[in-house]
Amino acid sequence: MNGAQAMVKCLELEGVKTVFGYPGVAICPFYDSILDSDIRTVLIRTEQNAAHAASGMARVTGKVGVCAVTSGPGATNLITGIATAFADSIPLVCITGQVNSELIGSDVFQEADITGAAESFVKYSYLVKNAEDIPRIFKEAFYIANTGRKGPVLIDVPIDVQNAPVGKFRYPEGDVMLRTYKPTVKGHAVQIKKVMAELEKAKRPVICAGGGVLLSDAQDMLRAFAHRYQVPVVTTMMGIGAMQTEDELYFGMVGNNGAPCANRAMNDADMVIMVGARVADRAVNQPEIITRDKVLVHMDVDPAEIGKNAGPTIPLVGDAKHIFEDMMQIEIRCDHGLWLQTLYEYSQIMKETRGSGPSYIDPAEFIRKLSDRMERDAIYVADVGQNQIWSCRNCIVRDGKFLTSGGMGTMGYSIPAAMGAKLGCPDRQVVAVCGDGSFQMSMMELATMRQHGVSVKIIVIANGCLGMVREYQKNTYGGRYSVVDLSGSPDLSKLAEAYGIRFIRVSGRGEEDAAIDAFLRDDDSVLMECIIDPMDTVK
Amino acid sequence: MQKKTFQLIVDNTSGVLSRISGLFSRRGYNIESITAGVTADPRFTRITIVTSGDDEILDQIEKQVAKLIDVRDIRELVPEESVYRELALIKVKAGAAERPSIIAVANVFRANIIDVGAENLIIELTGSQSKIDAFLRLLDGYEILELARTGVAGLCRGVDKVVYIAE
Repeated sequence: MNGAQAMVKCLELEGVKTVFGYPGVAICPFYDSILDSDIRTVLIRTEQNAAHAASGMARVTGKVGVCAVTSGPGATNLITGIATAFADSIPLVCITGQVNSELIGSDVFQEADITGAAESFVKYSYLVKNAEDIPRIFKEAFYIANTGRKGPVLIDVPIDVQNAPVGKFRYPEGDVMLRTYKPTVKGHAVQIKKVMAELEKAKRPVICAGGGVLLSDAQDMLRAFAHRYQVPVVTTMMGIGAMQTEDELYFGMVGNNGAPCANRAMNDADMVIMVGARVADRAVNQPEIITRDKVLVHMDVDPAEIGKNAGPTIPLVGDAKHIFEDMMQIEIRCDHGLWLQTLYEYSQIMKETRGSGPSYIDPAEFIRKLSDRMERDAIYVADVGQNQIWSCRNCIVRDGKFLTSGGMGTMGYSIPAAMGAKLGCPDRQVVAVCGDGSFQMSMMELATMRQHGVSVKIIVIANGCLGMVREYQKNTYGGRYSVVDLSGSPDLSKLAEAYGIRFIRVSGRGEEDAAIDAFLRDDDSVLMECIIDPMDTVK
Repeated sequence: MQKKTFQLIVDNTSGVLSRISGLFSRRGYNIESITAGVTADPRFTRITIVTSGDDEILDQIEKQVAKLIDVRDIRELVPEESVYRELALIKVKAGAAERPSIIAVANVFRANIIDVGAENLIIELTGSQSKIDAFLRLLDGYEILELARTGVAGLCRGVDKVVYIAE
């Protein structure tokens, strides 16, 4: 057995079913060995998308996503994908080939110091120097990626290490014991009691759920907790889907692009329970608002997040699922009927009215109709731009998932992530919604979809420009538009035909229903272009 | 803005110093001094970092450093319960005329003269940062040709807070 075979063996033992990647000389031993394995390989069309696809798969399966690319440009192309996963705490193991270890540091062909370059975007990284270390390193990498605050781990393997003999392959069994790394899982009992005591006293409590709830698979516990104690829930962008959209206790997404009613709930509350959320700038613009005159409880598995942006009254380190379980062991009496009544009134009064031109399709209404007709457990992947904000505010999530690049805001995320999600859950409907800018950042992946028979349904909300930036320039620079015109974009009907994918175009108000029905009819790939008012705005 | 000294016990791996210094630079934390050296157990390195910031920043520094996988332990070296030392090597321009007065000052500070040339002296001084600063102020009238300071190393007093790395 050599290093490359050991690497493949490790992936098999970790239960990896799919590897996304792009080969090159420095990773060839690995791609040669994987031929003898049942692991599926997916040739992505640019390396960044290998990380996005692995991220999509990780987010729907709860398992670590894996990608493998070559040294130099292959590795550096991967960085944006790694950074995207890091910002959203998505567990990945990213394998990069590296030049011969004796040549490291001499600037040979396709050499890049990838562990150095990716340092600030990974949870941990390894440069493997000895093939005998491969089993231990892989075991640790999978453990680190998918425990505590999850995130990407990079393993850089020089080609000579892949080719070197491995005397005796022994995969470490059981739990990894890293003496320095012991994530806290169970919440502190005293703190949990304090939270429940405060909840009993609170008149206007609200839970703000972030992506951590989904990462810890705690959505059912959150829903049970909210219903048992009748606490209204809002979410951050990454937390969308933690509550069913139509749940009577759910009041929408917070933040500068969020629902007015959700922000009102946060402002008026006398107790805010932040769970698995970073209190980042887009969600909570002014952290002092959630600390002033309120009891702020901040639960997170990462102690460094607590107090980073807002000083909580009660910090609580641990895994959301365990904490909710423990909190529900405590009996309290509380009645928030009056508060909920107030919030229902807000949600009626604060309904948004939108100003799409009368002949144009309203993207907000379009997304509501689309998501309403999708299967109950469908996976909706939103890209970045105006389309993301319309999606966040209007997508109806039931038993499915809502995926998007929240922290990094990486354009082009939706199509590769949707592909990864579909390969992770082949029986579920997967829809990617992007704009005509973000589509063109990932449209090369239509080939990957065709090649591997991955049926992802894609919607391009087309306005012929970079809408989000144009809207910003309109508001901030008085309408001096700079470098936002997307003239020269391809005719998508011809593009779809070129890739052998069914195409639908919808452009006039009133045509949406029939188009959506046709779009969702079969489980095949469809590219649907939805033409909207070029001057439409999210606000 | 206040100063704090942290002691870290880290795995003696390649790149561990760059991981720590990289964390400080990308998050905009100050490093006033950093020293590193192997511990009695060669698998580990002890790092002493003197840093400054307000309470929130100092709290974040401790938490973010603790998150690094290679870091086994981080704790503050509280001034009242710790000893700190820094070493300075000072090359002073000194002909025969200046020599006696410089040596006299050095003696007061219990510094050692470790090299004497025709036109210079090298002085070795160990002490707290403030002692070294005070000594340098006294050399104000002389020309300091070169100065090498090691940065602070520190240990907590007593046996209660000794960090044992469990196997």
